[in-house]
Amino acid sequence: MLSREVVDHVALLARLELSEEEKERYTTQLSNILSYAERLQELDTGDVTPMAHVLPLQNVFRHDVVGEHLPSEDTLANAPDRQGNNFKVPRII
Amino acid sequence: MNKYEPVIGLEVHVELQTASKIFCHSSTTFGGDPNHHVCPVCLGLPGTLPVLNRKVVEAAIMIGLALNCSVARFCKFDRKHYFYPDLPKNYQISQYDLPIADNGYLEVQDEDGNPVRVGITRVHMEEDAGKLVHQGTDATTPYSLVDYNRTGVPLLEIVSEPDMRSPREARAYLDKLKTIIQYTGVSDCRMEEGSLRCDANISVRLRGSQTLGTKTEIKNMNSFRALQKAVQFEINRQIECLETGRRIVQETRAWDEIEGVTLATRSKEEAHDYRYFPEPDLVPIVISPSWIEEITRQLPELPDARCRRFIDEYRIPAYDAGVLTGSRELGDYYEECVKIYPQAKTVSNWVMGELLRLLNDTNSEIGESRVTPRQLAEMLTLIDKGTISGKLAKEVFGEMFRTGKDAEMVVKEKGLEQISDEVSINAVIEQVIASHPGPVADYRAGKDRALGFLVGQIMKDTRGKANPGLVNELLKNRLR
Ligand SMILES: [Zn+2]
Repeated sequence: MLSREVVDHVALLARLELSEEEKERYTTQLSNILSYAERLQELDTGDVTPMAHVLPLQNVFRHDVVGEHLPSEDTLANAPDRQGNNFKVPRII
Repeated sequence: MNKYEPVIGLEVHVELQTASKIFCHSSTTFGGDPNHHVCPVCLGLPGTLPVLNRKVVEAAIMIGLALNCSVARFCKFDRKHYFYPDLPKNYQISQYDLPIADNGYLEVQDEDGNPVRVGITRVHMEEDAGKLVHQGTDATTPYSLVDYNRTGVPLLEIVSEPDMRSPREARAYLDKLKTIIQYTGVSDCRMEEGSLRCDANISVRLRGSQTLGTKTEIKNMNSFRALQKAVQFEINRQIECLETGRRIVQETRAWDEIEGVTLATRSKEEAHDYRYFPEPDLVPIVISPSWIEEITRQLPELPDARCRRFIDEYRIPAYDAGVLTGSRELGDYYEECVKIYPQAKTVSNWVMGELLRLLNDTNSEIGESRVTPRQLAEMLTLIDKGTISGKLAKEVFGEMFRTGKDAEMVVKEKGLEQISDEVSINAVIEQVIASHPGPVADYRAGKDRALGFLVGQIMKDTRGKANPGLVNELLKNRLR
């Protein structure tokens, strides 16, 4: 069973503000999900190389060439606030 | 405080000089209007996909080789998660468990000039974050301005082993690392522009102890001097902590340049839970032996090898060779000059002496020198031919440095040509003898020192232009 501390921690990392009732509920739900996934641990993966990517692709590169930038008005179109061409956000230290 | 031994490791970030960013085609140009060099990819807009810049991989392999690392046959990118406004995606694409290169070293000299190896734990590729400017005060409403121009500029993170034992050694390591990287040409490593950044991990322990003490991480050191001072301060602070029975807290501290102290930064424990996982938007990188060979061939001669060659080939002292190979450009300058004027030690004296002094005085770099290697060689030839004296040559060189003119032209314009004809010198000798009967008598009475005085007077009367060898010889003959 997942502890409440872990749920608190994960919620904080994800910047989620949860009510007591939600924390209660998610503790149960997350525990169920994790124990379901844990069934995979029963498999012997000793001879299996860890998968780095689902597709059998490697070495996909682009050339070092500069292309067009986005017009400033588009860049800042969804800015919560702006000052000149800067995004303006609450200060976080 | 010989009871304690400091243990220092450095984490260095280097911005690579590519034209475009690591995962998109936006320009890496420094500065400019805020949020100008951006595109949907580096802004982290939904639906975009990163594609890796091949040149970044090549630069990383090159640095790995230059630092004697083993280069990975297989590596991948991972996501490092944290929330901060400088990161539009809320994760940074970095490398976690499979860095592109690891297990290398570089060599520095310890206090006694003996070579010491500093291990390189790993070299990995990642993207840079944006720039935040904090404004407003707590009294008003504090806010931050965000500029994403730098977001996605390619970085190499180079992590050392905790192998350094003094602030001086830490500085020597950073200096060597910078020189090696500059030789490869993948970065200009300008600390003041932020293309070279350095954090230090520091702990102290009782001398002879094998276990490591609790470490702190020091950030915000913006110069080589700051690094050395900050590391020294932190070592002293930790020793004082232990001596007064207090506990050292594992934390991040920032160097305050003005106060000359390190201060604990407010950071939550949770901030360090980065939840790395493989970046699903990028495919793995497989590096073949032939690719490594190709880059090995492109690797230039590195500073240590070049320093040894200078000692062997030019027969100059190790100290000279060390200074001259301190930057690729300086070494090139020296070699070009020696090619034309093959008296290697004389060239070394001038480059390390007058040239470096004037560059230092004018706060400029060798690439900006108005005196070309050919012009320096020509001036040295003029000294040999007796056209100018060694003493006046400094004045000539200073003028060449200011104006970029050839030595011959400076000599002509300033009338600095050495006086080597006997008739003119003899005329001055007669005058000086006539006006200084005392020293003349002293010299004849066996006081050799009086000769120096008379020579000095003759040089003064000719504004330093008389050939000193000839003056000596003629004067002695005259007084015999
Ligand atoms: Zn971009």
